[in-house]
Amino acid sequence: MEITTQEFKHGDLVAVKGRVDSSTAPEFSKALEKLNENGRFKIAMDMHELEYMSSAGFRALLACQRNCKKYNRGELVLVQVPERIREALELAGFTELFKTFDNQVEAVGNF
Amino acid sequence: MPKHTYPAKFEFLDEIREFVAEVARAGKFTEKEIYSLQLAADEAASNIIEHAYAGVTNASLEVTCEMQGNTMTIIMRDQGAPFDPAQVKQPNLKAELSERQIGGLGVYLMRKLMDEVHYESRGKVNTLTMLKRRV
Repeated sequence: MEITTQEFKHGDLVAVKGRVDSSTAPEFSKALEKLNENGRFKIAMDMHELEYMSSAGFRALLACQRNCKKYNRGELVLVQVPERIREALELAGFTELFKTFDNQVEAVGNF
Repeated sequence: MPKHTYPAKFEFLDEIREFVAEVARAGKFTEKEIYSLQLAADEAASNIIEHAYAGVTNASLEVTCEMQGNTMTIIMRDQGAPFDPAQVKQPNLKAELSERQIGGLGVYLMRKLMDEVHYESRGKVNTLTMLKRRV
């Protein structure tokens, strides 16, 4: 798993690549928590190079969404979610908790 | 019968998923089904490592995968504390963001992704058996 973050005026674009499972999810969570600690609550998660995500990753997304939406200070949105991962998120009833976008510009522009 | 024993550590989930994918590919499952099988196996193994072997080091997990006709059977055996997925409460998938419980999601996914999930704890050995039929 690899995470890269780009700061923009209106929000941050976070790209997660590779595989998020119980082994890598703690690092994924930590990266998101660090953004929140730095006062960044408008986050677009670019998933187009994400190959795999288990419920351990879903848990991290949920915790981050809760933290971002607190006091209406922001939101976590998902960008270019690969089909397999979208299907798993749907099965988990997670799709209604996150806005999704087809490209990065639209996602960051939404903030 | 293809069988592997792994250290009960999250670092080996990658290898477990790869093993499952290999057998599923040979069994002519579609890519979508292979992803489902990998996810179900990952959630099952993660639960065993996290719950059955909570606080235990140097434990191991035996995984068997085999095709019989159009059905793939994944069997996981551990010697940890009994952890019956049937006892895990189903999460409320309609709850508001603030009320969402993440616990139980792995077991829920396992059940949705596989056709059958069975669990048996006998003596010191716990056996989880999951079946999926090729469409």
